[in-house]
Amino acid sequence: MAGHVDAHNDNWSIGGIADGVSRIGIVLGVLGLAAAGFLGFAQEGNTEHFYSAWLVNFCFFLSITLGGLFFVLAQHLTGATWSVVVRRLAEVVASNAWLMLLLFVPIVLGMKTLFPWANPEVVSGDHILEGKASFLNQNFFLIRSGIYFLVWILASQYFLRRSTGQDETGDIGTTLSMEKTAAPITLLFAVTVTFASFDYLMSLEPHWFSTIFGVYYFAGSFLCFVAFLSATVLFLQGRGRMKAAVTPEHYYDLGKWMFAFTVFWAYIGFSQYFLIWYANIPEETGWYYVRQNNGWTTLSWIMLIGHFIIPFLGLLPRPIKKNPVTLGFWAVYIMIMHWLDVFWIAIPNAYPNGIPFHPLYIACFLGMGGLYVAFVALGLKNRSLVPARDPRLPESLAFENA
Amino acid sequence: MSVAQNQAAEAEKAQFFGYLVEFDSVDEVMHAAERVRDAGYTKWDTHTPFPVHGMDKAMGIKYTKLPIVVLGGGLTGCLGALLMQWWMNAVDYPYIISGKPFWSIPANIPVTFELTVLFSALTTVFGMLAFNQLPQWRHGVFASERFLRATDDKFFISIEAKDPKFDAKKTADFLSTLGGGEVEALEE
Repeated sequence: MAGHVDAHNDNWSIGGIADGVSRIGIVLGVLGLAAAGFLGFAQEGNTEHFYSAWLVNFCFFLSITLGGLFFVLAQHLTGATWSVVVRRLAEVVASNAWLMLLLFVPIVLGMKTLFPWANPEVVSGDHILEGKASFLNQNFFLIRSGIYFLVWILASQYFLRRSTGQDETGDIGTTLSMEKTAAPITLLFAVTVTFASFDYLMSLEPHWFSTIFGVYYFAGSFLCFVAFLSATVLFLQGRGRMKAAVTPEHYYDLGKWMFAFTVFWAYIGFSQYFLIWYANIPEETGWYYVRQNNGWTTLSWIMLIGHFIIPFLGLLPRPIKKNPVTLGFWAVYIMIMHWLDVFWIAIPNAYPNGIPFHPLYIACFLGMGGLYVAFVALGLKNRSLVPARDPRLPESLAFENA
Repeated sequence: MSVAQNQAAEAEKAQFFGYLVEFDSVDEVMHAAERVRDAGYTKWDTHTPFPVHGMDKAMGIKYTKLPIVVLGGGLTGCLGALLMQWWMNAVDYPYIISGKPFWSIPANIPVTFELTVLFSALTTVFGMLAFNQLPQWRHGVFASERFLRATDDKFFISIEAKDPKFDAKKTADFLSTLGGGEVEALEE
């Protein structure tokens, strides 16, 4: 039969890679964070840059984590078969939620620097901010964040543990119970991601609001996660892991996800822009006004052309999505674009006079990225890279696009 | 041969559609398809009750050209929509709406998006029909009574007499070596 996979000789253990990657990652992480701390606090006047750079990179890595959690949820909700071979990687990426909680601490410390509404002197006398104060205040912000992280950590640990447990037992009931729980968790996921994006990104300009904002952040998150997942798979395969398990048929589906969410991201992004542009009400247009002036215009065009038109055309042909080299290229490209997207959301309101090019953005990225990748590698260390006894695994191994 | 005889021969030849062989399982028909492919036939087909993964490869079918045609359809819809709105709003009947410029791209995007999707979808459907030469009211294989089971539990391979490599005797001999049932000649 076509699609027959010799799974027995395939290497599903990360083995030595985990040690190598986690060592490099932790060294990079510590150096990056140390450099960020030094750049941010050794001299006067860089504190604001530090917190801005931290927020951008925090929201970037948080988006990958949440994208991973949604990936796991969506596969269980639909009973998907194609994705079983890559689901373990998603489970481990999602379970980095606890790391994101640690990385959230500096945001709490820098709350007053980052968020105008956290400063009573800014709020008092401002009619709109006074009206929003019952929601946008420091205590409630912390309570909400606590709830978000509680949901994300518990949900990601639940799926990781159940799924890893099934590797031992092979119990079909595990799959059934995960499918059942996936539905209510998806509801919690939708609410927490929406409000988290309101809190961490939208409230940076507290006068402004957009009801579609949560969907926009979610679209970019899932897009970036699929790119991260593709890159991870290709990296592991380049080192002789899961080579027979993941085939060009799976690349094709990963590529389709990237293509679909490139379009979805643009659809949501334009929907948000379109209504505000058409209605032309000052309290709404201000957010875009900042992004259409003083050098931010260039980045806005990069979003339209670089984040939508170029990858749309680039990912359109089928052979591109089936070839590991081209798929890997687009995965890296999309992650870069998504980072710029988060930057474009988070920074302009604090720096309306121009794009701040500051080494702190790189230092924070390397620091957080190093730790993030290190803990993905460590999470995979004592686990099978593939859910070895998932009842749908044989179908996933033999998967072919019809 | 007289002209009349010629015509009669032609008519007889036109009525002979080709050969049909029956198989019992997916594996059998798959291996047989690989051999027909390797023998160099081009005007032939397999008939199965359900889609068989890997059959395209076994038959040596090249990937469809349909996406390129659909891309053309999509671009036509996209550019046509922009052109239409430009002509209507900015040239033929300039009219200020909500203080926007006569020709403002953002306002045109929803229609452009919809027409791109519509033209792509219509091109996909009609392009698929055209490439498959559909609709076809009659097909040579329907002459066979046994062929009814192609929608139930049997697998078939048919080779058309139009195939350049077709030879009434050699092809029949070749087909009989494929491991299927008896070779059936299809008369329309």
